[in-house]
Formats: sequence, C-alpha cells, structure tokens
Amino acid sequence: MQSEYAIAARGLTKVFGDLRAVSNLDLNVPRGQIYGFLGPNGSGKSTTIRMLCGLLTPTEGTATVLDNAVPGDSKALKPKIGYMTQKFSLFGDLTVFENLQFIAEIYSYPAAKRTARIEELLQKYDLVGQRRQLASTMSGGQRQRLGLACAVLHHPELLLLDEPTSAVDPQSRRDFWSNLFRLAGGGTTILVSTHYMDEAERCHRLAILDHGVKVADGTPQELQAATGMHVLEVVADDPYAAETTIHELREVASVTQLGVRLRVLMPEDIGDPIAPLEKALNTHGINATVTRSKATLEDVFVAVTLQPGHAQ
Amino acid sequence: MKSLYRILAIVKKELRQLRRDRLTFGMIVGLPVIQMLLFGYAINTDVRNLKTAVANQAGTHLSQQFVAELGQTQVVDIVAFVETVADLQELLRRGEVSIGVVLPADFDRRVNKRTQPAVQLLVDGSDPTILGVASQLVMMPLGFDTSVSSAASTELITVRPYFNPERRSPINIIPGLLGVILTMTMILFTSVAIVRERERGNLELLINTPVSSSELMIGKVIPYIVIGMLQLALILAVGRLLFAVPVRGNPLDLLLAASTFVAANLALGLLISTAAKTQFQAMQMMVFILLPSILLSGFMFPFDGMPPFAQAIGEILPNTHFIRLTRGIMLRDAALTELTADLYYLIGFTLVAMLLATLRFTKRLD
Repeated sequence: MQSEYAIAARGLTKVFGDLRAVSNLDLNVPRGQIYGFLGPNGSGKSTTIRMLCGLLTPTEGTATVLDNAVPGDSKALKPKIGYMTQKFSLFGDLTVFENLQFIAEIYSYPAAKRTARIEELLQKYDLVGQRRQLASTMSGGQRQRLGLACAVLHHPELLLLDEPTSAVDPQSRRDFWSNLFRLAGGGTTILVSTHYMDEAERCHRLAILDHGVKVADGTPQELQAATGMHVLEVVADDPYAAETTIHELREVASVTQLGVRLRVLMPEDIGDPIAPLEKALNTHGINATVTRSKATLEDVFVAVTLQPGHAQ
Repeated sequence: MKSLYRILAIVKKELRQLRRDRLTFGMIVGLPVIQMLLFGYAINTDVRNLKTAVANQAGTHLSQQFVAELGQTQVVDIVAFVETVADLQELLRRGEVSIGVVLPADFDRRVNKRTQPAVQLLVDGSDPTILGVASQLVMMPLGFDTSVSSAASTELITVRPYFNPERRSPINIIPGLLGVILTMTMILFTSVAIVRERERGNLELLINTPVSSSELMIGKVIPYIVIGMLQLALILAVGRLLFAVPVRGNPLDLLLAASTFVAANLALGLLISTAAKTQFQAMQMMVFILLPSILLSGFMFPFDGMPPFAQAIGEILPNTHFIRLTRGIMLRDAALTELTADLYYLIGFTLVAMLLATLRFTKRLD
C-alpha cells in the first residue's frame, strides 16, 4: 500500500561537529508534485537531500521515502530514486553514450530495451549531436541535460535534484524546467533545491530553509498570502536617500532597492503602514509616492529569513 | 545474475577510462621497462674496476710482477702510483680511489718468509660492497710464488654459487624486481582509482545506484589483475632478452604465484583508497608501503641478516613472500607445492585486506 506522501520526515536533524546543518526538519512531499527547497548556500538543502537518499545518517529523526525507512532501508530505495548531484558527477572521460550505457547497466535496465531507451533519452534531452563527445568537453547546459537523462534513465519514482541549475544559463534553465514538468506530468515526484526565486515560484509546493531550519512551507500562493507583512512599493526621485530614511524607521522590517523602486516590508500588526513612511519621507524632504503591493516570493523569502529580534 | 552484470559494467567502464588515460597506460608499460633497465644495468653487486692507487715502496721485480697481476684481476683499476702511505690516505679521503695498495720496502722478504702479511690494502670502508670485494682480493692466489707451494695455497673453505654460477646480479635482482614493480603499480593504480572517483564526485553518483560495495570493489580490481599479468609477461620477456634471466621452474606455478600476489596488492590498494581522501594522500601511503617492500623484503638485503624487528615487518609485507616464491620458482626450479607457506600467506593477506576494504567502504558520505 502506498502512502500519500513520497517523502515524510519527522524531526530530521544532522549535526557536523558544532554545526547544526539541519535542525528538526518536518517534511511532507506529496506524490507526483514538484517540491522545492528554497534557501541560501549553507541552509541545509544538500544535507537534507543526502539524508533522504541514505547518503548521510541523520543525527536524529526519521524519514520515510517511497515507503522505505532511510537510512535503514536505503538499499531497497536506490533502484526507485534518481539523484542528480550539485557538482557534475558523471564520468568526464566517457562519452555521452557510454555514460548512459553505464548507468543503464548499473541499474540492470533490460538489455533488449536498453539501446532504444538511450536513443529516446538522447532525443528528449537534445544530446543526439553529442553522442560521441566526452562528457568533460561539454558545456554546462549539456552536462546538466546529461545528468538529468542519467538520473531518469531507469524511470525512478522520485527524483532528487540538488541545485541542478546553478551552473547553467537562463535559456537552459527554462528548458530544464519544462523537462521537469513533463516528468512530473508522467507521475514522477521531484524534490529540487534552488536559490532562484523564479524557479521556486514554479514548484507545486516549497519549503524555505534558513540555517538548517524550515522557516516556511506551502504552495507559493499560500506563502505569498501569509507573509504577515505589509508589502509597500516606494517610488522616489532619490531612491538612495529614501532607502536610508526608511531603513531608520523602527516599524520597517526590511527595505530592498529595485532600480528606482523600493520594496518595503512592515509587520501586519501596524494598522496603517503608509502614514509613517510618508511622514518620514516628507520630513527629510524626499519626493516619493507610496503604494501597496502584493507579496512576491522574494518578499516571502526576505520576511521569513529576517534575523530574529528585528521588527518581529 | 544482476550482480554479475553490475560487476561487468564497472569492469567495462574502467577499461574504457584506462584506454583514454595515456599517463596510466604509459606507466603500465614504461615503469617496468625503465626500472628493469635501471636495476639490471646500474645495480651490480659484482663489482669490477675499483679505482686503486699503489704505493710500491719495494720497487723490486717481484713487487712489480705482483702489481701487474693485481691489475689483471679486473677487480681493481690502477689509476695512480704514489710514494707514501700518507699519499694513499689522502687519495682515499678525497674519494679519488677506493683501494690503496701498500707494498712495504721488505716486500720480497715477507713473501718468502711468510711470517707477516706482505701486502696491506687500505680500503674505503664507507661502502660495504667495496669492503666486501676488497676482502676477496685477500684470496688472490700468488701465481708468481715459486718458493712455497704448500698447504697455505689450499683454501680451507670453497664456495660454489648454486643457481647463479656466473654470479650475475640481474639473476638475483629481476625476480625481486618483479615483486617491487608489481607492488608499485598495482597499489598505485587501485588506490588512485577509487580516490580519483571520490575527488571528481563520481562516487556520490555511484553510491546512489544499486551497485554494492563489494561489486564496486571487485569490478575495480579485475581490470588491474589483467594488467598485472601483462606486466608479469613484459618483465619476464625483458629479463630473458636483455639479461638472460631464466624461468627454471614451472611457468604455471609462477603465474599462479603472481596472480595471488597481484590480488594481494590490489586488495591493499583498495584498503588504502578507503582511508585516503585525496590522490596525493593515496600516493603518500603507497610510498609508505613501497619503501619497506624494497628495503625489508629481502630484495635489497638478505632477509636472514636483518634484525628480528625488521624481519617481523618484512614478514607482513606481501613482497617478502612473493620474492621467496619467485626466486624459488625462477632460479631454484622449486615447485609451488614446496613453497606453500608463502602462497597461503598471500592468499590470506588478500582475503583479509579485501574484507577490510569492503567493510570500510560504506555507501555513505559520513
């Protein structure tokens, strides 16, 4: 019997020496969805993914992945998951075809269907022309497509992708995501870590990690609706002076400059956020207009990763 | 069955990578050949033409005849004639000669009376080999000696060098060198093979596939067993062609002994690879094994002459046992069945090292 979730983790914790890389993480990843891990470098994304596929032993906590307990049952889990490492981990001194062939053999892909499957992947991931090219001589985007092709060759139920797009150009990233949606459409569950907001926005659900702690999770819409912050946009003649002024206000949680605009976050418990802003700007003689705006995922990210104690 | 296919997949991958790795490929062939040429031609314990100076204080006909005969032995190469013992000492100290020959003024009388030594050799004792060779000169027969042909010229002990009557060094060295070369290349290749995959990140991918630790280990070892056998053939061929080193025993025995030895070294290499974090560390550990394998295995110095502590270390090393096997099979025409203790040791060593390597190699990163 299949459980509802592809991944269910309770209190997952990993300690390296003095560092709590992942702290008390609860996670529910529904089947057939793209689930995102959003967080800066060092937030525990890779460590969590490695614990989920049995590469690292959790210091505390339990996880069930595709109904297998990890790390205890990770041997039974291996054939069912595909894993793409952050760093390119295929063999640079083998050709594209040889890499795919090796992966097919290692996963005991039926010999009769092997060649057809490799050809299919070469087509799907636009690697036909690179068939005989050594993997080490390929571009970042090509390597990443080969990485994905190798990770999905054996039709895994769950794909774990560790910052798959960190080394590729925007066009390759778009193509990569359309591949992910196609896979998810075919029923594959995908866990993908990223530090790009636009990628996080495309996930069905996501968890925001900060210093090893899950600070928020839900669908992108839920997260945007529940920031607990007023989101204001300030357009000023002198954005730099405006930023300095706004930054000094005690009520302001964060201010970010985007060209001539400033995005300002203020806690929701302030009844009227516009008045104090306008007042401060006027006092300093800065000509500016303040309007309310809808929270973007970036605002959510800023709001949930604010240093504790500041304005909360 | 699946397990066998996975091992084959690893073997195939290793061979493909090896084919593209020119450096390693060159080492497989180049290392044995260069080492054999170096050791075969340069290292010669059968020393000839030692630079010698003579202080002939007698200056008689008899003393000059002696000096001429001394030169004819080819052991010494007389490069200087000096007046005094002090001159000889000076030349020795400056390293210009290795032996100084002093013929005292009463040389003729001493030769005839035989109560005192007639000749004194001043030998550079800083090199034990030279000292040993000089000692041989003491036994030089006095061909010119007409007055006495008594029991004094009959030696008390005679030496018959079995198995190497011509006393040629390559005959002794090549069977041992076989072990040294195989130790060096086999440990190096395997230890680097896994560590390199760790460094390049391949291992993180591999341990996430269904391949098991033991499948990975076996798959990595098999190609190198084949390479070890190629090196064996190469060394024997070069040994025979250039140095006329024979294989007197059964070649199959030698093959079996070498296979076991290669397996032992590969297992050791794998064990190193599970401990080393970088290729550089793996190389350092390899040197740590290689040096005693050269110095304490009986390759360089006679095993029986070493202190018990050094012998104990030597007994642990696979090369010590392999050298006993190769010298036995190649030179003494011994059968492997007569040398079982060393063979069993190598088999045991392989199993233990392989077991430890597999246990140590966890399919995890922490």
